[in-house]
Amino acid sequence: MTSPAPTDASASRSTGQSVFDALEQLLPLVSKPIQYVGGEVNSVIKDWDDATVRWALMYPDAYEVGAPNQGVQILYEVINERPDALAERTYAVWPDLEVLMREHGVPQFTVDAHRAVGDFDVFGLSFSTELGYTNMLTALDLAGIPLLAVERGEDDPIVIAGGHAAFNPEPIADFVDAAVLGDGEEAVLLVTDIVRDWKAAGRPGGRVGLLLELAMTGSIYVPRFYDVAYLADGRIQKVAPNRPDVPWRVRKHTLMNLDEWPYPKKPLVPLAETVHERMSVEIFRGCTRGCRFCQAGMITRPVRERSITGIAEMVDNGLRRTGYEEVGLLSLSSADHSEIADIARNLADRYEDSQTSLSLPSTRVDAFNVDLANELSRNGRRSGLTFAPEGGSERMRRVINKLVSEEDLIRTVTTAYAAGWRQVKLYFMCGLPTETDEDVLQIATLAREVIKAGRQVTGRNDIRCTVSIGGFVPKPHTPFQWAAQLDHESTDARLYALRDAIRADRQYGKAIGLRYHDGRPGIIEGLLSRGDRRVGAVILQSWRDGSRFDGWSEHFSFDRWMAAAQTALSGESVDVDWYTIRERQQAEVLPWDHLDSGLDSEWLWEDWQDALAEVAVDDCRWTPCFDCGVCDQMETEIQIGPTGVVSLPMPTVPSAGAVLATP
Amino acid sequence: MARQAPDRYVAPTVQRLRLRYAKRGRLRFSSHRDFQRALERALRRAEVPMAYSAGFHPHPKVSYANSAPTGVASEAEYVELGVSATCDPEAVRAALDAALPEGLDVLDVVEARTPDFVNRLEASVWRVELPGVPHDRAVAAVTALLAADEVIVERLMKNGLRTFDARGAVLAAQCAAPSDPDTDCAILTLVVRHGTPSVRPDDVLSALRRVADLVPPKPPRVTRLAQGPLDEAGTSVVDPLAPDRAG
Repeated sequence: MTSPAPTDASASRSTGQSVFDALEQLLPLVSKPIQYVGGEVNSVIKDWDDATVRWALMYPDAYEVGAPNQGVQILYEVINERPDALAERTYAVWPDLEVLMREHGVPQFTVDAHRAVGDFDVFGLSFSTELGYTNMLTALDLAGIPLLAVERGEDDPIVIAGGHAAFNPEPIADFVDAAVLGDGEEAVLLVTDIVRDWKAAGRPGGRVGLLLELAMTGSIYVPRFYDVAYLADGRIQKVAPNRPDVPWRVRKHTLMNLDEWPYPKKPLVPLAETVHERMSVEIFRGCTRGCRFCQAGMITRPVRERSITGIAEMVDNGLRRTGYEEVGLLSLSSADHSEIADIARNLADRYEDSQTSLSLPSTRVDAFNVDLANELSRNGRRSGLTFAPEGGSERMRRVINKLVSEEDLIRTVTTAYAAGWRQVKLYFMCGLPTETDEDVLQIATLAREVIKAGRQVTGRNDIRCTVSIGGFVPKPHTPFQWAAQLDHESTDARLYALRDAIRADRQYGKAIGLRYHDGRPGIIEGLLSRGDRRVGAVILQSWRDGSRFDGWSEHFSFDRWMAAAQTALSGESVDVDWYTIRERQQAEVLPWDHLDSGLDSEWLWEDWQDALAEVAVDDCRWTPCFDCGVCDQMETEIQIGPTGVVSLPMPTVPSAGAVLATP
Repeated sequence: MARQAPDRYVAPTVQRLRLRYAKRGRLRFSSHRDFQRALERALRRAEVPMAYSAGFHPHPKVSYANSAPTGVASEAEYVELGVSATCDPEAVRAALDAALPEGLDVLDVVEARTPDFVNRLEASVWRVELPGVPHDRAVAAVTALLAADEVIVERLMKNGLRTFDARGAVLAAQCAAPSDPDTDCAILTLVVRHGTPSVRPDDVLSALRRVADLVPPKPPRVTRLAQGPLDEAGTSVVDPLAPDRAG
């Protein structure tokens, strides 16, 4: 299964030529062939020879997950707007097609012009999660690109990782040529400039010369220019550059003034069904709530809001260009936008008589959030509302800095039931630092109180509450980066105890649904999240043994991963437990310490100590700065309203069909 | 206190439009559901004044007829739209064709002036290209098929494996002379009556395998060329939109 792809179909193919004729023969034999043909509304095919710098962009998961990804759509458009560059997209192919591609020598291809990924100058991968690493190896292998970066030749693409998981790219350091931390918009333009100039100058220094140019920017990490030394006990002694002109630390990119970057301007409209059948408009980037488990909230600081007018224009423009009937107002905590009430009211007014619905995927637990949801669903059905208290007990919520009292939660949920919402979903985590069985069992108590209060306020018995609970995985660049992950046996034991407690409740149990996942996949995610370069061998072994699509429970195999770790780490003094369930001390050099997310490590440690002491901190958007370090070190600032714009002079939606109707 | 569906004004249907579209090239891999989503979004982009159903989830009034299977190209798919304002059919055709992705092409729009459109779609004409199959071989297989009274085939359907006759529905079958005599690619033209269970081109191919052991070495390329009422001889179809055009 993992032998290199034969090259019979590619032997006579010139660079940049379509492989569709060969692929077309295979499509009738696979499931959902539409995902491989491209042709989406707003997709772009540029002439190969007109561009100097050619990017293949990959979201390393199936098309149905990858196609709606905002990050890839934004970069695709930003690059394609440049006359001297082009970008095409590629996604992970399902195993049925992978087998056929190997059999028939069809290489990893882009869905736009069906060009071979190996023909591009840059192969950029966006990792939202570490569980896409094995899919990257499949793609590289199918593309005929050597898996190990040091074995690549002058004509192979430069392989660049981005996305949240790239904030610790050490486990994939052997497989990528470079990693970019932070916002991608300006970063891809920077890389494009550097590649273009390097080509124009006659490729000085060859491949290594180009990587050096990238590394010297100080904001692009090239792992091969850094050596890692280890202590006898397995911990890292130091990570140091092995060339004088390479910086000790690599800083993240931060895009300021979101209004100047209203992307995607032309959102893609896939033909195939995807996981998000709606258009998304990012209303702000970053989050300052300070939830200690949340890597996204920590690494995307500071908060940068899009203005109310900017948002309205993106919604209007996007709807016209896509024909979607739903718009999601996206961010890490959408109800926190400083002008969200005006935004919601204006948009609800504007689209009230159209068939357009609006949604706010926010999980903030307060009555204001319910008001917003009511506003956005004026005409629609009120089926389900989601809140994320994350921790079952108030003590737990102080530890994770998710400040919501039980009283607030009950009040919020009853407000929702009273407003006609029938179903409430509550998100929790299991395995948080300092957690006890009792903390988790409190979730059952809370759910019972929710149903009880809901029945009282509505006078009905058909209200429901679904508890969704997942295992906590400590992530780099968060205050919990030092924490011990809970072993999967204990996670499962707590989840089963919670399940039993809910089932045993005769009065309310039937109104409470429980969704949970077992703790084992979380251990592998934990290994990949906080791993160092030695974990690369585990990924390679597991992939060779057949690991693919690790985010899909029907494809994921814990046993295969554990066996691979056993083999790959046999000569090392470390094992899976060492990477996952071991607590780190302040003095330990963490694998990502040379990668600068802007967060001050002293502050992170203090926040970790505050967590252990059950002390909460406020949101710096509304309260004075608590010196997390980001704004200072990155020379950035919080960008929020109010803009003073309360009601938008928005043009009313033209009466549909004014053009087509005959008078 | 169940919430009632909003009592909002629903624009009535003032005109029905019947349209013929093609599914071509790489977009022949779109499924019927893929097309439904693409069409509904294109209707919004083109700002066609659709009539909507009432209720919590208003749907645009679109009726689909008899769609070709996933992977099969077509020059003759039909859809009926209910609109809330009288439209110029040709303007709708042009706007909708521009709004749909290339490969989903709107060929014809007429105002519906007659009932029972779907019942008019009595049969389809299919072109089946068989790369790698020599012409003589295909001619022999077709002859054997037409000589049989009944050819039982199997197909996996939603409710399990079904066994049915694929021969009875075949009203005509011929094998055209190859355009390029040097390449082995037999081209069949089939006229197949619609019915239950519907006999599809792949069922006819199963029948050819059964009667003549014809097994195409490469995936066949199938195109629906036309569907409509049978002509007087009962061996081909005529334009199903003709009564609307005449009316």
